[in-house]
Amino acid sequence: MIDRSGTPLVELRDIRVAFGGVHAVRDVTVDLYPGEVVGLVGGNGAGKTTLIRTLSGAHPADSGQILIGGEPVTISHPRDAKALGVETIYQNLALADNIDAPGNVFLGRELTTRFGNLDDSAMEDATRKLMGRLNPKFQNFVVPVASLSGGQRQSVAIARAVHFNARILIMDEPTAALGPAETKQVGDLIKQLREEGLGIFLISHDIHDVYDLSDRITVMLQGKLVGTVEKTEVTTDEVLAMIILGKRPGEVTQKDLADLH
Amino acid sequence: MAETKVSAAEREPEAQSASPEGQGKRSLLRSLGDRMRSAEIDYRLAGMLLALAIIWIVFHIITPGHTFLTPRNIWNLSVQTAVVAIMATGMVLVIVTRNIDLSVGAVMAAVGMAMAIVQHDWLPKWIGFDHPLTWVIAIAVGLVLGAAIGAFQGTIIAYVGVPSFIVTLGGFLVWRGVAWWMASGQTIAPMDTLFRNLGGGSTGTVGGTWSWILAIAACVGIVLLQFTKRRQRRRYGFRQRPMWAELTIAVIACGAVLLLVGFLNRYYLPPALATQTGHEGENISLGLAYPVLIAIGVGIVMTFIATRRRFGRSVYAIGGNPEAAELAGIKTRRTIVKTFTLMGLLVGLAAAVQIARLNAAVSSLGTGMELNVIAAAVIGGTSFAGGVGTIVGALLGALIMQSLVSGMVLMGIEAPLQDIVVGIVLVLAVTLDTIVRRRAAK
Repeated sequence: MIDRSGTPLVELRDIRVAFGGVHAVRDVTVDLYPGEVVGLVGGNGAGKTTLIRTLSGAHPADSGQILIGGEPVTISHPRDAKALGVETIYQNLALADNIDAPGNVFLGRELTTRFGNLDDSAMEDATRKLMGRLNPKFQNFVVPVASLSGGQRQSVAIARAVHFNARILIMDEPTAALGPAETKQVGDLIKQLREEGLGIFLISHDIHDVYDLSDRITVMLQGKLVGTVEKTEVTTDEVLAMIILGKRPGEVTQKDLADLH
Repeated sequence: MAETKVSAAEREPEAQSASPEGQGKRSLLRSLGDRMRSAEIDYRLAGMLLALAIIWIVFHIITPGHTFLTPRNIWNLSVQTAVVAIMATGMVLVIVTRNIDLSVGAVMAAVGMAMAIVQHDWLPKWIGFDHPLTWVIAIAVGLVLGAAIGAFQGTIIAYVGVPSFIVTLGGFLVWRGVAWWMASGQTIAPMDTLFRNLGGGSTGTVGGTWSWILAIAACVGIVLLQFTKRRQRRRYGFRQRPMWAELTIAVIACGAVLLLVGFLNRYYLPPALATQTGHEGENISLGLAYPVLIAIGVGIVMTFIATRRRFGRSVYAIGGNPEAAELAGIKTRRTIVKTFTLMGLLVGLAAAVQIARLNAAVSSLGTGMELNVIAAAVIGGTSFAGGVGTIVGALLGALIMQSLVSGMVLMGIEAPLQDIVVGIVLVLAVTLDTIVRRRAAK
C-alpha cells in the first residue's frame, strides 16, 4: 500500500478548462503521492489529456489550483513545469524529427562547454549511459529520430523525461504505438521509477493498458470526474462501468455490468 | 598509431556484414556507399561539389575560346557570388524555421540608400570628406538599420502571428518605396574611397601574399578542426572516423583551398593599372577580393551559429517540430525574431558590398535579388518543409547559380534564356533532392 498520510506530491484542485464555449474539464480534483502510479482513464474527449496539460504547462487552466508538495504553484509554460520537476511524455512524443537522439533528449536544456558552445560529445555520452539503463538495444545515436522505430522513439521521449531528475512524470498513452515486447519494457520501467519514489500519472483510454501498473485509478467522463478508486478494490469491469456509464462501483448494478459485454 | 588499428578493427565486421556475397556493379556501388558512410561524408554536399565541377568543366569546354576556367573569370565569379551568398546563409535559417523573407532585395535598397546618404551627404558635413572613419560609420549604420528592420518584421511574425509570407511581401513593397523616397529616386554616387574597397575593385583585394597566408591558415584550421573532433570523440570512447578517411579529407580539402587560391592569384592587375601604381611590366596578383572574404567569413560564423550554438539548435528544432520545440521549453518566438534580425543584419552587410561594388546607390538596388537568395538556399538543400538546410549548401547553391549565369554570359546567351535555364535547374535540383530523400526515408 502507498502511504498517503503525508502531503501529496501533486494536487490539482477544481481545475476548469474551456475551449470557446466547450467545457473540456469541469472542476476536476486529483492528487498523486510519491511512489504512486495513478491511472487516468476515460473515453475519447473525456478531458484527461486537457487536464494533464494544465500540469505540464502546455495549456494553462482557466481556474483552479495546482499544488506541488503542498505549495500552490503557477504553471504557465512547459519551462515552469520542468523547473518544478514535472516531466511529460506526450502522446505524439513531441520529438524534433530532424534532430538526433541526444539532441532530442537535451532539447531546450543543452549541455554546453565553458564557452557556451554545444557539447555534443557530452550529450551523446550522457544519452548512451541513459539508454544503457532504459533500452540497452538502442544504438542509433547519430541519425535523426525520424528514422527510428516507434519503440525507439518512445525510448528517446522517456530518456528525455527521466534524465533531469523528475519528481513527477506524466505519460500520455505511453504504450499506444508499441508492440508487446516494448510495452512490457515500458511497464518494467514504470515500476522501476515508482520504486525510486517518483509519482506517475498514466493516461490511457483503455483500462487494460494501465490496470496492472496503477495503484489508484481516476476516471473522467465528458470533462467531469467520475471518481478515484483503489485498484485493489475494483475489477476492470467496474472501472469500465465508470468509464462508459459514469457510475461508481456502489451505484452500478449487475445488469449494467452484463450489458457492457 | 594504435588508434588507427582500433578504428580499422571496428570497421571490419561492419564492412563485411554490410556487403554480402552479391557481385557486379551493385556491390561495388554499395561498398563505395559504405566507405562514404564510415567516412561520414555528407552525400548531398558531395553531390553538389560534383555538380559544380561538372558545370565548370562543361562550360569551359563549350565556351568560345575556353574562357570559363580562367583566373579572370573565376575571380569575377567569386566576387559576383558574394552578395547573394552572404544573404543566402541567413535565408537558410529563416526557411529552416518554416518561414520566408521576400523583403531582402527591398531592404537592401533601403539600407543601401541610407548608407550612401550617410557617407555622401551627412558625414562630409560633420567630419569632412574621405575621413578614415567614414566607412566604419556607414557600415555600422547599415548593419543596425538592417537588423532593426529584420527585428521589426520578425516581431510581427512571431508575436502577432502574421504569416511571414505576408509580412515580408508587405516589406517587399514598403522598403522599396522607402528607398525611392529617401533620395526622391535619385542615384547617389560616388561612395567614400575606403568604403569602395568593400566592393572588391582593383584596390579591394588583399593581394597575392596575403591570399597565400590566408590559404595556409585555412589549411591549418581544417586540420585543427579534425584533430579537435577526434580528440573529443576519443575522450568519450566513441567510434572514430577511420584514419584513411581523415587523411583523405584533409588532403582533398587543403588541396582544393591551395589550388583555388593559387589559380585566383594568377589573375593580375591590368597592365595599365600596374603601370599607374609603379609596377610597370610586373605581374601583380590581385588576390582574394574583400567581398569574397566577407562571404567566406559569414559562412564560417553562420555555420558555427547553426551547428554549435543553442540558438542554432533551437532554430532546427522549431523547423522540425514547432510544437515539440515549444514543449521542450524553447523560446520559439524569441528565436524567430532573432532569425529575422540576423537575416536583416546580413542584408545590411550585403547592401554595403553591393553599393561599394556599384560605387553608387539607386532605389532599384537588389531588385529581384530575394529570389536569387531563396533559390541559392533551396538549391543548397534547404527544405521548405522546415528543419533541413545547411549554410555550406547555400554558399554552394549561390556559386552554382552564379556559375550558370556566368557561363551563359560567356557563351553570349540572351538574358531571357538564362532565366529559363536557371529556373529549370532550380526545379530539377529540388526534384532530385526530393526523390533521393524519399528513397532514403524508405
